[in-house]
Amino acid sequence: MSVRARLVLGLGSLAALGALLVWAVAGLPDFGHPRGPYAVLAPQIVLNERHVANAVTGVNFDLRGFDTLGEELILFVAALGATVLLRAQRAERAVEDAQEAEERRAAGTTDALRALGAAIVGPMVLLGIYVVVHGALTPGGGFQGGVILAGALLLVYTAGQVVAVQRVRPVSLVEVTDAAGAAAYTLVALAGLVFGVAVMDNVLPIGTTGSLLSGGFVPVLSIAVGVEVTAGVTLILSEFVDQMLLHGGGRREEG
Amino acid sequence: MLAYLVAVWLLLIGLYGVITSRHLVHLVLCLGVMQASTYVLLLAIGWRIDAQAPIYVDIPPRARVVDPVVQALTLTDVVVEATVVAVLLALSVQAHKRFGTCDPDALGALRG
Amino acid sequence: MTVLQTVCLLAVAVAGTATVLTRDPLRQAVTAGGFGVTLSVLFLAFAAPDVALSQIVVAGIAVPVMVLLALAKIRTLDRAKEREQEDAP
Repeated sequence: MSVRARLVLGLGSLAALGALLVWAVAGLPDFGHPRGPYAVLAPQIVLNERHVANAVTGVNFDLRGFDTLGEELILFVAALGATVLLRAQRAERAVEDAQEAEERRAAGTTDALRALGAAIVGPMVLLGIYVVVHGALTPGGGFQGGVILAGALLLVYTAGQVVAVQRVRPVSLVEVTDAAGAAAYTLVALAGLVFGVAVMDNVLPIGTTGSLLSGGFVPVLSIAVGVEVTAGVTLILSEFVDQMLLHGGGRREEG
Repeated sequence: MLAYLVAVWLLLIGLYGVITSRHLVHLVLCLGVMQASTYVLLLAIGWRIDAQAPIYVDIPPRARVVDPVVQALTLTDVVVEATVVAVLLALSVQAHKRFGTCDPDALGALRG
Repeated sequence: MTVLQTVCLLAVAVAGTATVLTRDPLRQAVTAGGFGVTLSVLFLAFAAPDVALSQIVVAGIAVPVMVLLALAKIRTLDRAKEREQEDAP
């Protein structure tokens, strides 16, 4: 099929799809007046029975905790998939070339960049840990804080620190952390069985609203997700960085 | 109503970008635009007139809030779909290694 | 529907169209980042601070870095192939 014919067919189908979708959204409730009963019920349950101030995190880790387990495992599998796709066989020569090229790049980084990186990394890590731990109280939680922490690690790389390309150990620290985070979430979810109630039932003591230990296992799950997201995103980014480095930045060819 | 129409528009324009793309990385970013349309639709469904964010730190317990359930769905969605974009980018890098080009029209079938 | 929400929705529609119509992937990484930040402002206008926080972080840090690294890798592959073709004959 020629490009022209494909374009005509594509635009026609898009127009038809657009008409159907506009007809569909015209049947939704008026903007600003949601009809669902859960919209009113969920915040009240989360606040009164679970003592969690941030209703979104409470819904995420408690009322709909099973879905979050699934989403977290999607993230885990995606990190796994990116690793499998990108981690090819590496010749020893290619690894040494990449190491030398990296050291040249790191030595040539300007002082201003290094100083800025050093100044920002500390507050960024602190912010990430704050956002993860205070998920039950303020906007935040494991997902956001995890990506902030991964960004802090990326900043360390960008500001001139050499990244270890060689993987002499078969399992590196980042992978272990990723698996530990995912396993921690699953174990806390199964903890309900140990205590004799249903799976994913909130079994830890529920403190007072507004204190750091409120909400039963919501902070625990938030920390598990934070660890897992940090490690997963760092793993993906480091695989991409290794891939980019392993061909010597265009200076030498593969052996 | 405008919010729903913007969500439909983002879906259609993203799909148009996917159909007429000439580079795999461009295709992946247009897919990101399509993902954004679902976020806009979900949040538009949950919004309530004269309601505040569902954080009870400094508002009274009986205040009107927007729907937190759709926000919870969108929140995990945003982070997870970024990692799916990562897998797709890894696939396009591998496709370039295999076929020597990043043009979807020029990619051949998988050879055994 | 407040005026702020209307303005943000229109800005998002324009930014999305701009992202799709930018054909060069390197430039599209920039417009995609701008689209992500505009989207996070829209989420704030919809009273969703958690979602806005995760959108800022993801679209500002994670996605542009991955796209740029993938493009850099594709470029080194192209250069290696060109050098092979020069050496061959």
